[in-house]
Amino acid sequence: MDPVLALSEAEGYVAGAYLAFAALLLIYLAIMAAKLARIQRELRELAESTGAPQPPKPKRKAGRASRAQRREVEAARREAQR
Amino acid sequence: MTDAYLALLGKDLRVELRTLRSLPAMALFAVTVFVVFRFGLDRTGLEGELAAGVLVVTLLFAGILAINRLFVAERDEGGFELVRLAPLDRTVLYAAKASALLLYLIALELIAVPVFALFFLDSAAALPPLIPVLLLADLGLALIGTLISTIATMSSARDLLAPLILLPLLVPLVIATAGAAEPVLRAGGPEYERFGTWLAVLGLYDGVFALVGYAVFDFLLED
Amino acid sequence: MSTPSLRTLALAAATLLVGGYALAFFYAPIEAEGFIQKIFYLHVPLAVVALLGFILAAVHSIRHLRSGDGVHDARSYVSIHISVVFAVGALATGALWAKGQWGVWWEWREPTLVSFLIVFLLYATYYPLRYSIEDRDRQARYASVFAITAGAFVPLNFLAVRLADPFIHPRTFSSAGGLPGEMLLAFLVCLAGMALLWATLVWFELASKAASGDLAKLRRALLPSEQPPPAPRRAVAPAGVSAMSTDLGDGAGGRS
Repeated sequence: MDPVLALSEAEGYVAGAYLAFAALLLIYLAIMAAKLARIQRELRELAESTGAPQPPKPKRKAGRASRAQRREVEAARREAQR
Repeated sequence: MTDAYLALLGKDLRVELRTLRSLPAMALFAVTVFVVFRFGLDRTGLEGELAAGVLVVTLLFAGILAINRLFVAERDEGGFELVRLAPLDRTVLYAAKASALLLYLIALELIAVPVFALFFLDSAAALPPLIPVLLLADLGLALIGTLISTIATMSSARDLLAPLILLPLLVPLVIATAGAAEPVLRAGGPEYERFGTWLAVLGLYDGVFALVGYAVFDFLLED
Repeated sequence: MSTPSLRTLALAAATLLVGGYALAFFYAPIEAEGFIQKIFYLHVPLAVVALLGFILAAVHSIRHLRSGDGVHDARSYVSIHISVVFAVGALATGALWAKGQWGVWWEWREPTLVSFLIVFLLYATYYPLRYSIEDRDRQARYASVFAITAGAFVPLNFLAVRLADPFIHPRTFSSAGGLPGEMLLAFLVCLAGMALLWATLVWFELASKAASGDLAKLRRALLPSEQPPPAPRRAVAPAGVSAMSTDLGDGAGGRS
């Protein structure tokens, strides 16, 4: 077997190897992200059922709802301080 | 301590001799596997690599049968509690069980190896050089087998788990045993290629796992 | 949870990896083997770090058995987990290298690949072992015994497999000896980066497990009458996982 391959074929395998590594890493991170999401969800549920103040929802989509919620929490805090 | 060791070892051997739980099955299994190989490989004579491979693999699998059953009595009849309550170093149980297993393996080979020579080899000249190789291999198999058998006994999937964990661990043993046996089993008469090296590897393997087994066995019986 | 330490670790890993691969592609020369040799900078660090991770896991397990503290068992568990992931990476990149260099997806005469396969098969049994033992303490103890035995096995395995092939394959992968200066530098930087990546992932997973454990404790404390939530698919929680939330600041998640 000729060890010095045509550049295009060798490049393909090199790229494949690095892509495989990247894919492995990203899949692992995706699994960890899913676990984190589950922990956050359970924390929220726990807070709800014990009546504790809601932790802020993740800022991914800063929609009107969460901004309004934050304003409410701040207003409540100001009220408590008075 | 030697008293306890001899007592435990004697008990195991006496039980085995009386009930013949493992030995006949192991020997029969080995002979049957030889027959299967004869047909699976479609050969009536074996030499060199093929002979070494068939012999080592068959002995390995027969040994695993024994390993699976090593602690059956202890598990069913409360032998572990007895050992835990008795004022002795638990490592003595490890030594006794490993010695028993070693003796079973030697007994197995006393039957299976001549049968192998009868079935597949031209002459028995290859057998004497195999003795040190197989002895060292048996020692390694006994040391590691007892340890893993203890682990598997306490788990729920014991029959499946023990071989699953054992086989990768035994690969160096297989490499060294087959490596030493292959030149010995050549058609023209026994040759010795790197015989010393392979014996050294087997010795190292045995030494390392004797130390590991001695160090960790205690923790398996804690409760 | 002291996130600054984890952040620093992650940044250091990223810097070294990016730097290392930049060196590998733009600074290190292309040798006689051709461009395919560039996989060396990925495959060998993955393999070396995975092996060191397995041995480190054995060290954690020794500490676990000696102290009985579940923290070490958690570290051992996660170390093995990440090392197994890296081992899969080593096998995949090794296969691609073999295909690119020799035209075959697998090569029995390449001792590193074969040793790695055996080590991977061994550590893959770690999970069935853990899942099959119900009692948490016993599970942790037995897992530690396994990790120590397997750690002792790794060097023996490499020795035996290497001896099995009497002729060193002329075009072997792992010829790290006799590397020209530029290649050695690139390789060392990649190796260091991969090691830090391993440490980062271990620390990350340990933190995640600690959070899960703390959450479960909190739930039990606040809602004692509630049914426990449906157990996650991986119902294995290494003993002592929740004790780690106080432990993350000491920077001991990865290689010491």
